[in-house]
Order: sequence, then structure tokens, then C-alpha cells
Amino acid sequence: MEVSNSEDKINQTLPNQRELAIRDALREAMEEEMLRDERVFLMGEEVGSYDGAYKCSRGMLEKFGPKRVIDAPIAECGFAGVGIGAAMAGLRPIIEFMTFNFSLIAIDQIINTAAKARLMSAGRLSCPIVFRGAGGAAFQLAAQHANSFESFYAYTPGLIVLAPATPYDMKGLLKSAIRDDNPVVFFESELTYSLKGVVPEGEYLVPIGKADLKREGNDLTIISWSKNVFLAEKVADELVAQGVECDLLDLRSLRPLDKEAIFKSVSKTHRVLIIQEQHLFASYGAFLSHLISTEIFDELDAPVGLVSSLEVPMPYSKSLESVVMPSKDRCLKEAWRVLEGVKLS
Amino acid sequence: MDNELITELYRSMLLIRRFEEEAARLYQERKIGGFLHLYIGQEALAVGTASVLDSEDYLVTAYRCHGHYLARGGSARAGMAELLGKVTGCAEGRGGSMHFYDVEKKFMGGWGIVGAHMPLAAGFAFAQKYNQESGATICFLGDGAINIGPFHEAMSLAALWNLPVVFVIENNYFAMGTPLHKTSPTDDLSLRALGYPMARDTVDGHDVFAVRASIHAALTRAREQHLPTLIEAKTYRYRGHSMADPAKYRTKEEVEDWRKRDPILTLGAKLESFGLKTLRDQIDREIEEEILDAVKFAEESPEPDPSTAEKYVYVE
Repeated sequence: MEVSNSEDKINQTLPNQRELAIRDALREAMEEEMLRDERVFLMGEEVGSYDGAYKCSRGMLEKFGPKRVIDAPIAECGFAGVGIGAAMAGLRPIIEFMTFNFSLIAIDQIINTAAKARLMSAGRLSCPIVFRGAGGAAFQLAAQHANSFESFYAYTPGLIVLAPATPYDMKGLLKSAIRDDNPVVFFESELTYSLKGVVPEGEYLVPIGKADLKREGNDLTIISWSKNVFLAEKVADELVAQGVECDLLDLRSLRPLDKEAIFKSVSKTHRVLIIQEQHLFASYGAFLSHLISTEIFDELDAPVGLVSSLEVPMPYSKSLESVVMPSKDRCLKEAWRVLEGVKLS
Repeated sequence: MDNELITELYRSMLLIRRFEEEAARLYQERKIGGFLHLYIGQEALAVGTASVLDSEDYLVTAYRCHGHYLARGGSARAGMAELLGKVTGCAEGRGGSMHFYDVEKKFMGGWGIVGAHMPLAAGFAFAQKYNQESGATICFLGDGAINIGPFHEAMSLAALWNLPVVFVIENNYFAMGTPLHKTSPTDDLSLRALGYPMARDTVDGHDVFAVRASIHAALTRAREQHLPTLIEAKTYRYRGHSMADPAKYRTKEEVEDWRKRDPILTLGAKLESFGLKTLRDQIDREIEEEILDAVKFAEESPEPDPSTAEKYVYVE
């Protein structure tokens, strides 16, 4: 997918406002939190001498030393588990997965240990840890490196799951995640590490569990998260040109979910389009659709629209990949299905 | 030999034995649900180990966890109440038999996925080293855990990062019902330490004094040099893998052979030979009272309030 031109609308740049690429926003978040709290450390493959597989930790080894920026061998189960144990023993680890595709090697540690320790110990253990890294498809990485795992992790009680889109939110939410006392799964995207946007100088936090209304309109609510927010923005642009004004809700936080923001917007527009990179089957978007359809059924003027990836592991060829992923055309088609019969002003 | 030490070791082992026997009875009365894995026969391992730990040291184990919990000082009342799913249990009825905790005493569980607690143990040791604490971490595992991935990854990281952790294989010769010769090409399990590399030892797990010596040496290595150790302790469980297992895959003679070397009988006889029979009998009575008290406490305790079913998911 293309993301190059979409950030302008989302991060309205004013004169003298600093812009950062997402990788640098993430690094600033980690550095600030490590300076603030000795217990915070970064561990993962290539995070030290190599500056991170996607250069998110550039210079951090030099700045903090090998005690706190720890190159791990290729052993996701091992170092995720070490992080979880360290968190239970009072530290605040940031565990980087080169990509979340490799987190499956550690998923027993994340789901069966980190997410459940608090319940099984009746609150005697807690696990303040962040698992972060790239999630979702990029360009032609083929099936094993293109998984989008939001639905997997968001399914699990005990985990906090975050999927921000913009540099501003990446930094502010990662800082909140590091300070949170629960295990957090934090999704980034290979395609947007270079994407620039406004990140003000100085300290700020973005609260966990708050969606962001990125643009406002009365005709349709578009809901998305992670890099598909940029696709949603393009879809909204097209719709505006055709006379449809959209609310664009960037969830940012999948678990906990800002239900109020969704209900407020849908109660205004009465029509919803959800854009997700997950497969539809048993997915997060399907859950959102269920939630809206049950909690505010009377507000809906049309069935909830949902655009997902096709039900197939990601094929390699570009011509196939672009069909499998949500596209602007598919989104517009679904939008008009949802908008059928609406009288445009 | 120190009489006070011997009596304490005897007391602690007997407490576990009687706790487990009562648990078996309550299970048969259907007062305990789920799985129940008994530690009967292996008591010298948990007790010998706990007797050389400091308050700074972490202890963590798999799902056969009652013995380690009690040996580390966990309350018999809270343990029995946990088995009965009561709110007064050591995990307020949320954990059950496989998930005992006493975090204040640094007994860190109680984990149900074979081998998965080993990276966790390395993580406790990582934190101890990071914080420049004096303590070390002891991690018990079964012989059934030595072939699963987390075993390798935890051993590998512990050796690579010089973590103060001691992995203790409780080799009771059966991974559930599968005998060791079907799961390991050698019955010298500490050989697995060599490739990481890591210090290793083999110890008679029915000899509480041998266990103390082996663990103490490994702890010293961990505390003073930040070096991990793999210990294989040869032991035996008299009961099946769990209460659901009648253990028909082994002979009565084999079980009887191990029982002849029973660590509690051995130590009890030693006390008698030291002229301490009266003291031993007194301990027996005290343990009996403690166990009966624990059962009474558990049976009379309330269930968790159903309205609290969703408690303890997140730190608010």
C-alpha cells in the first residue's frame, strides 16, 4: 500500500513544528523512558550493535550501554520469557520482535504466562512489559512474513493491545505502554517507519484506551487502526469529492477499546465502514461489527460495512498481494454499499 | 550431625507427605477438581533445596508444585484451601493445584506448560543480576521437560548471559506414563549442560543431605560467579502422574524398591537411632494436627464471590 502522501492531512503541519519519522519517534519514547526509570531496558534481536533491524534503536547501545540495550540471540521464546520473568521480578522490559511474525515462537509465553499470571496468582504477580515490533504486511514479503496479528492478541484478556498509526501517537502511546503495569502488545508497521509527522519537543503521553477522531463528517463513520488509517484517509478524501462527509476514527488502542468514541460517532452518522488488515473470519473487525450491531442497533441505518484481507495466506506476487489486502477501490465499493439510499446534502 | 537441622528436614518432608495424602483423599471425595499431581516420594528434593535458600532467592517450578510451596514456607491452610477452590487459598481459588504462589516468600509458582517456566526463571535471575542483588533463582523441572524448546532457549540464554540460576531436573523416570528410555538417549541427563556450556551435577534425590550439598554448591556458583548450573536429581514418585493415572506402566517391585529408600522413613529412623524417638513422635503428632487443621480450615472457608469472577485481569 502507498502511504507517502496521506500523512499531510493527518498531521496538519504548522510552521516551526518539528517532524519526526516514526522510527525516531519510537526511539525518543524509549530513550526518554529509560532516562526516567532505571528499570526500563530494551532487549531483542539486532537492537544493539545493528541499531535495530528497522533502526528504531539507533545509537541507544552507545547511550545506555550493553546492560540496558541487550542484543539477544534468535530465541524469541527464550528472551520473551526472560523479559516476563524480569518484569515479575520488578523490572520494566521492552521486548522488540523484529517482526510480530516471529512472536508466534513466543506466543505461549505472552498468552499463557504474561497475560495470565495476574489472574492465576490472584493479583500477587504483575507483568509490566512491552512487546513491540512490526506487524502486518509490507511489500511482497510472502506468507510467513506478512501476518497481521491484532485479532490473535486482542482476543486475550490480560493483554493490552495497541496499534497506533502516526508518529505522534507512536511516541505518546509507547511511553504510556512502558509506564503501564500490564503486559502490552504494541504493533508498528514496516511500511511506515520512515513516515514523518509532527512530534512536538518535550514530554507528552497519549492515553491508552482513547480513540482519536482524525476528521469529522456527518454521513459515515470510518473506523480503522494501524497503517490502514492512512488508507482510510484516502478513502475519506475520495468520498468527500463525491459529497460524503466522514468521521474518521483511529482506534489506536484495540484492548481496551474506546467504545464511547465509536458509539458517539455512529450515533451521529448512523453508518459505519470498518477497514482492517485482518482476515474477516473470526476477526477484530467482526467483533467491532457485533459490538455496534448489538449495543447501538437502533442507531444504524445500514448493516455495518467491513473491508478485510481475503481468506488466503499472503501470496508473493505483487498483483496477487494487492488484491488480498484492503484497497481503496474495495473500501469505496463497501462504503457505497453502506451508503446506499442515503440522501447527500 | 545437627539434630535441629535433621528434625526440621524431617518435619518439612512429613508435612508435604501428609498434605499430599490428604489431598488425594479429598480428590477421591470429589472435593478437589481438575488435575492433581502429587509430590509423594520426591519430598527430599524440595525440602533439601529450600533448606539452603536465603530469603533473597527465588524458587519456581512446574505444575507438581505443592511440595515446593510448602518447603519454601507456604501455609498448609492456604494450600489446602486453594485445592478446594476457596477464597482463602494462596491464589484465592484462581490458580488451583497447578498454580500455587507465595510471592512474599519468593515462591513464584506453579506453572502448567511443560518447560515454559524455564525462561521465566532465567528472567528472575536476570533481574537479580540487573539489580545487583545477592540472590539466585532455583528452577525445578521434570525429566519430561528436557526435550521441549524453552528448555534449550532458557539454558542457552542463562549460559550466554551468565545468569545466577540453577535448573534442577527432578528425574522421576516417567514423563507422564512414558519411561525415560523412550524420551532420552541417555539416563545421564546433566550431560545436556555440556553444549551450552554450563556446570552440571548429578545427585541422589532421595538423599536430603546430598541434595543440600549439591544445591548449595550450585547456589554459591550462582551468587559468587553469576554462573548457572544444571543438576539432575534422580528420584521417584510413588503415585501416578496425576490422580487420573493408576500408573500401570511400572511394576509394584520397582515402586517398592524406591520406597525402601524413602527419605522420610530414612530420616525418621535416623532420629530414632539418635535417641530422639520421642521428639520424632511429637513431630508426627504436630504435623497430623497441622494437616487436620488445614483441611478443616479449607472445608469451612467460603467460595470466591461469583461477582468477582473477572477480578485480577489487569492492574488498574
